[in-house]
Amino acid sequence: MSGPDGRQPGATGGPGASGNPGTSGVRGARPGPPAGAPSAPAPGGLGARPGGPGGRGPGMMGMGLPPAKSKDFRGSSRRLFARLRPERRRIAIVLVLAVVSVVFAVSGPKILGNAINIIFEGVISRQFPSGVSQAQLVATLRSQGQDQLATMISTLHLVPGSGVDFGALGGILALLVAVYLLSSVFAWIQAYIMAGVTQRTVLRLREDVDRKLGRLPLRYFDEHPRGDLLSRVTNDIDNIGQSLQQTLTQLITALLTIIGVLMVMFLIDPLLAFVSLLAVPASLAVTLVIVRRSQRQFVAQWASTGALNGHVEEMHTGHAIVKAFGRQRQAIETFETENERLYEASSRAQFISGIIQPAMSFISNLNYVVIAVVGGLRVASGQMSLGDVVAFIQYSRQFTFPIIQTASIVNLLQSAVASAERVFELLDEPEETPETSTPQAIVKAGGAVTFEDVSFRYQPDRPLIDDLDLRVEAGATVAIVGPTGAGKTTLVNLLMRFYELDGGRITVDGIDTRDLTRDDLRRQFGMVLQDTWLFRGSIRENIAYGALDASEEQIMAAAEAAHVDHFVRTLPDAYDTIIDDDASNVSAGEKQLLTIARAFLADPPILILDEATSSVDTRTEVLIQRAMATLMRGRTTFVIAHRLSTIRDADMIMVMDRGHIIEQGTHAELLARHGFYYDLYRSQFLEPLAEAI
Amino acid sequence: MINLLCTYLRPYRGQIALVLVLLLFQAIGNLYLPNLNADIINGGVSRGDTDHILRVGVVMLAVAGLLGLTAIASVFFSARIAMGFGRDLRRAIFTKVETFSQVEVNQFGPASLITRNTNDVQQVQTLVFMALTVIVSAPILIVGGIILAVRTDVPLSGLLVVVIPLMAAVITVVMSRAIPLFQAVQTKLDRINQVMRETLSGVRVIRAFVRTHHEEVRFDAASRDLFETTISVNRLFALVIPTMTAILNLSTVAVMWFGAQRVDSGALNIGDLTAFLQYITQILFAVLTAVFMFIFIPRAAVSSRRIREVLETMPLVKDPEHPVQPATSPQGRVEFRDVEFRYLGAEEPVLRDITFTAEPGSTTAIVGSTGAGKSTIANLIPRLYDASAGSVRLDGIDIRDMAREDVWREISLIPQKAFLFSGTVASNLRYGDENATDDDLWRALEIAQAADFVREMEGGLDAPITQGGSNVSGGQRQRLAIARALVKRAPIFIFDDSFSALDFSTDARLRAALGRELGGATVIIVAQRVGTIRNADRIVVVDAGRVVGIGTHHELLATNETYREIVYSQLSEEEAAA
Repeated sequence: MSGPDGRQPGATGGPGASGNPGTSGVRGARPGPPAGAPSAPAPGGLGARPGGPGGRGPGMMGMGLPPAKSKDFRGSSRRLFARLRPERRRIAIVLVLAVVSVVFAVSGPKILGNAINIIFEGVISRQFPSGVSQAQLVATLRSQGQDQLATMISTLHLVPGSGVDFGALGGILALLVAVYLLSSVFAWIQAYIMAGVTQRTVLRLREDVDRKLGRLPLRYFDEHPRGDLLSRVTNDIDNIGQSLQQTLTQLITALLTIIGVLMVMFLIDPLLAFVSLLAVPASLAVTLVIVRRSQRQFVAQWASTGALNGHVEEMHTGHAIVKAFGRQRQAIETFETENERLYEASSRAQFISGIIQPAMSFISNLNYVVIAVVGGLRVASGQMSLGDVVAFIQYSRQFTFPIIQTASIVNLLQSAVASAERVFELLDEPEETPETSTPQAIVKAGGAVTFEDVSFRYQPDRPLIDDLDLRVEAGATVAIVGPTGAGKTTLVNLLMRFYELDGGRITVDGIDTRDLTRDDLRRQFGMVLQDTWLFRGSIRENIAYGALDASEEQIMAAAEAAHVDHFVRTLPDAYDTIIDDDASNVSAGEKQLLTIARAFLADPPILILDEATSSVDTRTEVLIQRAMATLMRGRTTFVIAHRLSTIRDADMIMVMDRGHIIEQGTHAELLARHGFYYDLYRSQFLEPLAEAI
Repeated sequence: MINLLCTYLRPYRGQIALVLVLLLFQAIGNLYLPNLNADIINGGVSRGDTDHILRVGVVMLAVAGLLGLTAIASVFFSARIAMGFGRDLRRAIFTKVETFSQVEVNQFGPASLITRNTNDVQQVQTLVFMALTVIVSAPILIVGGIILAVRTDVPLSGLLVVVIPLMAAVITVVMSRAIPLFQAVQTKLDRINQVMRETLSGVRVIRAFVRTHHEEVRFDAASRDLFETTISVNRLFALVIPTMTAILNLSTVAVMWFGAQRVDSGALNIGDLTAFLQYITQILFAVLTAVFMFIFIPRAAVSSRRIREVLETMPLVKDPEHPVQPATSPQGRVEFRDVEFRYLGAEEPVLRDITFTAEPGSTTAIVGSTGAGKSTIANLIPRLYDASAGSVRLDGIDIRDMAREDVWREISLIPQKAFLFSGTVASNLRYGDENATDDDLWRALEIAQAADFVREMEGGLDAPITQGGSNVSGGQRQRLAIARALVKRAPIFIFDDSFSALDFSTDARLRAALGRELGGATVIIVAQRVGTIRNADRIVVVDAGRVVGIGTHHELLATNETYREIVYSQLSEEEAAA
């Protein structure tokens, strides 16, 4: 018979005993086996931690994530959490729900234990003849010397002779079903709300960054690699979203569970509670040691990933050169070295972070034995009841899991904070100088431009332009000539206020450009440069870029004026042909024609043009030349000139060398001066011409 | 995917077997530990038997410690297997791409090749790691749990027949909805990437046209679109875990109810009932875990397909099985015989009937309008492409019969896009000859008209060059690329429109210096400017993929209509002005 000395209710640590909802392992927090805890994973279902597997695949192990080396972990994480502020109402709801869930989780084993007690009582009752009262039974047992058994039975509710009270059992199980279902519903609502909370936070962050990019000065874009910026807007923000999604709900529930269980444990027995509390610093210490080491390895892994990426990119981009110079062997050798380094770093990172789970399990087992020993001693000395020890052990199991979970969450959060730091860095960049508070209105300028005592330099220690004075009448043409260099970009930068002057002023129609809003100022300018920029979209949309409300006829007219209408019509989809900046179906020259059409349509009073050089074939070049000539009519034009005719016909010539403006005047004036221009003119135009003919 | 995994995991099969054994051991241990737990309570705590507690406690700690050690060992090997697998796969891809001709590289695009080598490999590698740590141990736990459950009570085990399929059904329904959503998330992320790239590269134009706001609207649309999809994925998954936990929990309730009846009828004792509860939750939990891991499979499958596309591409340009040995003292005569070239599957050839010879010690120029096929001609010589008909011959040998290394050894190529590698000026110049002395480098720089600016750069020859050469101007880049080719000193020089970024006077000085320097070499120049090529010994005029004239400047000027048109379009205005 499975008599009174049979197993105690819940002795084997029935469902919920280990409190290991284990689902964390599934959520990609860490790939360790969720059954890592030595006791079989029990549902502990009440504490189910909701949360999807992240928006996007395995961010696990931090692979492919941006390097995480947080400079100010605390500050950045505080700031990251501050971004959740607009969602505080929803988070409050989630917190309330989480508290309810945790209360269920903590009470679940207790209810289940009651169910087992009823079965247990039924089993024992059956062993005794009916009609005997419980008191008689206890007395009989005592008289037989079975004191211990008698004591135990005296605490039970027995109806000797009857079997399991299915009525009572059914009632308890019904309660359990209700608790379980409710907890699932709560968990679902929590997760549902949190999905919105994190995704909206990410959406806001992405939009903030995009707005920020709109306010950053051009200098920022010129000085930062595009790939890195791109990575911040996409990879880093994505990483933040993914990590938050995975961790937020888990973190809330885990922390609440720790608190809740700890409270119950102290209620049951303060001494034992204190003993199990020792597991916390031990777990924390182990986690910290491991996380710190693994973090270092992860950083190494990300660094190697970056290096490998860089090498691969470089070799693939320069594929033809690598081949033509017979350097594949070296390319592969370098690759092997980086690849090996990545392998070492990543396997070490995986290994070290993989130790957390076994180590925690061991601590948890150690804790278990200590509680059993201390508890056993206290039971033996009569200071504590057996039931309390059993319950306590169950709770201590339920207690270790959230600690392990918190450890892995911290690991994940570190990566998120590292990404957040990179995003915040971008958000903190100084912005363009603010617009004037009293902007002057300008609808369409006449086109007179003056430079008055203009000074400018990119780097404070390298003077570039000093005290430049220039007066350009409306409708005049200024030719910029000189060897290749940074000259034209500088001019565009200053005229359009992409960069701010260090001294002096530039006026349009006599108004200081700083007294205009940037938008109004820029509307006065049209730009046709050799390095064209087209966005992905139809040719029609690209031409209409500067005039959104243009009609079909206006677009066609602009294309015709730019001599590109014919070309467009030879394309299979004509104006609906989709192109982009890397488009191979459109040549460089044709792209430039499209940008001319764009300028025609925008119809600005002032133009900045870039004459085609030799990478455009001769026939297209003729078209460009003609289109530009038409476009220039009646507009103030700054033209980066390569052709003698353009230069000679210009009202004013600016001669640039290495970014400096060294001479200015008309063709005749400059020739008479016998200076730099004179030499340039002879060497560039007269001599080759003489040679060619 | 299976194929790829099998091939690249084969070298690790010994270690994998070891991991499986370790996992098996772990699973058994994990199934055994609860018994020890129970024993401590039943045999020790409940009887106040401290000795028993200590005895079993020591055993339990020993088992737990051993389990911990096995877990650590298996993580160690799993990490090395998975990361080693990734490393091997990356190496295979990179080595494969190095055998590609320009055709295949362009077909994939460098960006895509990079993603495939890094991101996609990571996806598959992650799956391998997950499989080795989680997916594999799940079946062991399930089977072990089922054995124990059945051993404990057969009729109660019948519950599993209901519950497991129920969980599977839920997962199937969710997955069938989630996978398309995941794919949509990928595409929408790509879209964000693209809009952002355009915003960054076109920042000047956007601001010049006062379109910042418009770009923001475009970005917001993409961003919102992504938001909608991710939120629905996450909401879908928000439902999964509570549902699964509910199923799990309700089945424990069912076990209690039916178990109580079995206990009541005396068929089952109560200790076994609690043990059974534990087994069943373990089984269901393992099922849940395993099934969740399957989330990674669709992603990894997509990635493996992309990887295999690279690995299975057969490069069009291959080394012959028995390469012809090149002449010991190569002359450098380049001969095109009826060469035709067409892209794979293209209806119209890019080039046809191209026949001409470039002799050593002379300069051959190729001119024509954009799209005429000039650069393609230049690319055929170093076998970046292979002719689809006819032959290109080097000193009389068909270059397709030569090892590519041998062909390249004879060529100094100055490509249209002067591409420099990150490093220093010197490391770039030594690209063609690692043993060149500093004097050699300076000489090459002098000829390439690059010595002046290199001297002005901080560090001179050791001045850093950023990736792609973005820290020097276009003209400087071209001159460095020319110097690099000069350092190599191969008998054949190919200038593929290499003077375009130079102003006229630099161009002229450079050509004069090159003329003196390249006396005995075969020089082939692809150019647009007439000035650049008018002194060539032979000018090949190409139009729409055909040779329409060969001769000197003066001959062609007199006889060739196309050439005349090119010349006059460039010179007429200056002529008039002169």
